[in-house]
Amino acid sequence: MSDDQMVTIQVDGRELKAKAGTLLIEVTDAAGINIPRFCYHKKLSIAANCRMCLVEVAKVPKPLPACATPVNEGMQVYTRSPLALAAQKGTMEFLLINHPLDCPICDQGGECELQDIALGYGNDASRFVEGKRVVPDRDIGPLIATDFTRCIHCTRCVRFGAEIAGIRELGATGRGEHMEIGTYIEKSVDSELSGNIIDICPVGSLTSKPFLYSARAWELVQRKSIAPHDSVGSSLNLHVRRNQVMRVHPRDNEAVNECWISDRDRFSYEGLYSADRLTRPLVKKSGNWVETDWQEALEAVAQGLKRARGTSGNRLGALLSPGATLEEFYLAQKLMRGLGSENIDFRLRQSDFRAEEPAYPWLGQTIAQLDELNAALLIGSNIRKEQPILGHRLRKAALTGAQISFINPLELELNYHATQLVNSPAGMISDLAAVAKALGGYGGLIDSAEVSDVHHRLAEQLRTAERATVLLGNIAVAHPDYALIQGLARIIAGNSGSLLGYLPEAANSVGGRLAGALPGNDGSNAQEMLSNPHKGYLLMGVEPGFDCWNPARAMETLGQAEFVAALSAFRSQSLEQVADVILPIAAFAETSGTYVNAQGEWQSFSGAVAPAGESRPAWKVLRVLGNLLDLPGFDQVSSEEILAEARQVAGDRKPDNSADGGVAYERLLAGVGLTRIGDVPIYALDPLVRRAASLQKTRDAIEASSRINAREAAMAGLADGDKVVVKQDKNSAKLRVVIDPTVPDGCVRIPAGLVGTDTLGGQIGDVTLEKA
Amino acid sequence: MGFKNVPMSVAKPSVNKESLFSPELRAEIDKWIAKYPQEWRQSAVMAALMLVQEENGGYLTTDLMDKVAAYLDMAPIAVYEVASFYSMYELKPVGKHKICVCTNVSCMINGSDQIVEYLEKKLGAKLGQSSADGRYTLKEVECLGACGGAPMFQIGNKYYENLTPELIDSILAGLE
Ligand code: SF4
Ligand code: FES
Ligand code: FES
Repeated sequence: MSDDQMVTIQVDGRELKAKAGTLLIEVTDAAGINIPRFCYHKKLSIAANCRMCLVEVAKVPKPLPACATPVNEGMQVYTRSPLALAAQKGTMEFLLINHPLDCPICDQGGECELQDIALGYGNDASRFVEGKRVVPDRDIGPLIATDFTRCIHCTRCVRFGAEIAGIRELGATGRGEHMEIGTYIEKSVDSELSGNIIDICPVGSLTSKPFLYSARAWELVQRKSIAPHDSVGSSLNLHVRRNQVMRVHPRDNEAVNECWISDRDRFSYEGLYSADRLTRPLVKKSGNWVETDWQEALEAVAQGLKRARGTSGNRLGALLSPGATLEEFYLAQKLMRGLGSENIDFRLRQSDFRAEEPAYPWLGQTIAQLDELNAALLIGSNIRKEQPILGHRLRKAALTGAQISFINPLELELNYHATQLVNSPAGMISDLAAVAKALGGYGGLIDSAEVSDVHHRLAEQLRTAERATVLLGNIAVAHPDYALIQGLARIIAGNSGSLLGYLPEAANSVGGRLAGALPGNDGSNAQEMLSNPHKGYLLMGVEPGFDCWNPARAMETLGQAEFVAALSAFRSQSLEQVADVILPIAAFAETSGTYVNAQGEWQSFSGAVAPAGESRPAWKVLRVLGNLLDLPGFDQVSSEEILAEARQVAGDRKPDNSADGGVAYERLLAGVGLTRIGDVPIYALDPLVRRAASLQKTRDAIEASSRINAREAAMAGLADGDKVVVKQDKNSAKLRVVIDPTVPDGCVRIPAGLVGTDTLGGQIGDVTLEKA
Repeated sequence: MGFKNVPMSVAKPSVNKESLFSPELRAEIDKWIAKYPQEWRQSAVMAALMLVQEENGGYLTTDLMDKVAAYLDMAPIAVYEVASFYSMYELKPVGKHKICVCTNVSCMINGSDQIVEYLEKKLGAKLGQSSADGRYTLKEVECLGACGGAPMFQIGNKYYENLTPELIDSILAGLE
């Protein structure tokens, strides 16, 4: 019998068709027939250990588990026959033997699979008089609360760890009555996807620590949303109570996030309620910040911008967060253009703008297609932490045999086998040139490249694979020679028949372009705006000390402006240092809008809660500013109206990574001395996540430090824990030395976007270390 | 536990395998590894744990289990799972002679209760405990597949069957 032969089965008298060999539970699920289950999960391997799904099958003397029984022709299944019910009830009785039945004090109460199924299959009273098993709770980190006494040993969490998260940390130790789920040793569960075990645990054994004891499931209203951090744009359900986001869950979307979300998307909502949330407009009066009303603040901004503009719009510049909505981008650029300024940008973490960029850069393929790759070369990307869901997709490809390789200035902690070529940022360029040469590329620095075995191997992997891709990540974008990287990547992709793809940094890095939030003719880009002082600036969602490629220079340049207006959801020291007026805007979940994700999908969402305090959605603020400045075309009454307008401007542009651009650029990064690698850690990406308290306690929230390998440390006479003064350009910072074997020779990893490194220069560049 | 599409080995094999165990011990473990296909060196985990336990005076520590994990390129938790599942591995120090008394059905029917009682009195230690002089540890185990000779116990790698108090006396007297 071939595998895709269709068979007909009968379930409770209903005729169903299915592919031979499909698991019975999949067939009944698809037909809407309910079979109780605990251990089965559609994305995990079959364990068949809970026995809750037992059903009767004609001609089989004993009940069979529906989750582990393949269907075949003529099978007759009874899910509610006396035999099936007796089996299910018996299983339930066994499951409840050791379960504490502490539902009134359990956070899962009201949304517990055990509670629900016990209602249908359990008895009123227990016949079990012996003592129940008690398991001590374990501390497995700041995100997940444990109560292992409630565990029913379904092993979903263990399988999730091994199969999806790719880290085996949880396990089942002991045997029989003594079996326990846990880490065995004192250990936190560190994965960028760990929060998903909260969802898959059918009982209250694993629950959300930040949400613990704060609300009951039945008090929550569920609202749809889209994740605001990386360019995946995962589908979310926000759970709201009394105008507050209480927690965030994934919403199934096979094409994007399947049924998972990253911890960043799940727990960043905490930032909404951080102490430095801005709820009233602020103006600086003789050096002091005072709260004021909207009228005064808006007037101040309009006047300030007008004054700074004087006779030429070119004196103004706008720096926008790549996490802004499409509507916000659209109105902001319209405002600037209305004032006669073409200086608009959101590419705040890019320093090299020499290359022509594609008009609509994107992943180069759909997100789901990543699963099917046979080979991939990632350049300057820590995909696992930068776009966790895409990292998970890539891992799926790797587990089915895809050859994945990385060219990076850091050795990554990966959860699959891959080739990692780790070199200094300058060395990365040489490696890329060598791979390009191995693929028959020529011209410029390619001709002088030295090709070694590993370059040949990477080239061959891409060339021989049926489906291959070359992807550019966040570290590539921050590279001082990004133009060269793009040119080389284009040659490598072109000559090997691979798709070239960009891994956009933020939720709306793609949307910003479509909305036209880029410099126009002769306009200045972000680097130019932040190096040559303009008279006036408009900042939206930006903390200059944390969100810019060169924070020290950004602060200095903004400090020299006559007038800086900022739209921000948060109070922020670095903002308050340079701004003159700060207008409070709605944050994630509080406004409607649209994000365009890495696969070029426009995803609109509505607000789930009202904006905090007196803050207002940024699009409304921009519209009123347009009115106050007497600009035409600022009378939209809804974000949908703005979206319609933006759509017209964007036209039916299709995602497209093509661009002219070779490799005829001078190398800007010599890399002779010590080079700083200033990657942005996963929980430092944007203002919201930087304020999410629980995420900041995880192992991934690394502190400001100066990380070098043991060889470099020995040469510089430094030891782990020493204090050093890091000098970059004319800036300095005092940091702790951490010996880190993942950093290549000639480099020091000093992460960006953190308190303590915000006084330094560009993310990648020359630095010196001196023992303090 | 079998996992879908997931190799049992860790993504980053440990490089310093030589530093983990003595050359003799490594040679012993390698013999077991050689019995399995190359990509399944993890299959040697049970034998490796036995060998390491033996060399460590009869019990395993977390540190030793971590070393076994590193040697076989396994996640440490996967080794803890194995070591905590089987009763032949000890996770705490034990006496010089470990007496594993079967109390499963056949042995129970044939008087394992009295055997346990006699041993407990003789050694002054309850099941799961060691005698005061640290010479013996008494351990309750499930069926060891010697039901035909019930009641029985195991000391070291030897089975002693059809036990009686007198027989126990002479067996214990005969141990070094
Ligand atoms: S903790 Fe939850 S998910 Fe894990 S085995 Fe127990 S019941 Fe299943
Ligand atoms: S769901 Fe089938 S045995 Fe658990
Ligand atoms: S019951 Fe004791 S050996 Fe089988």
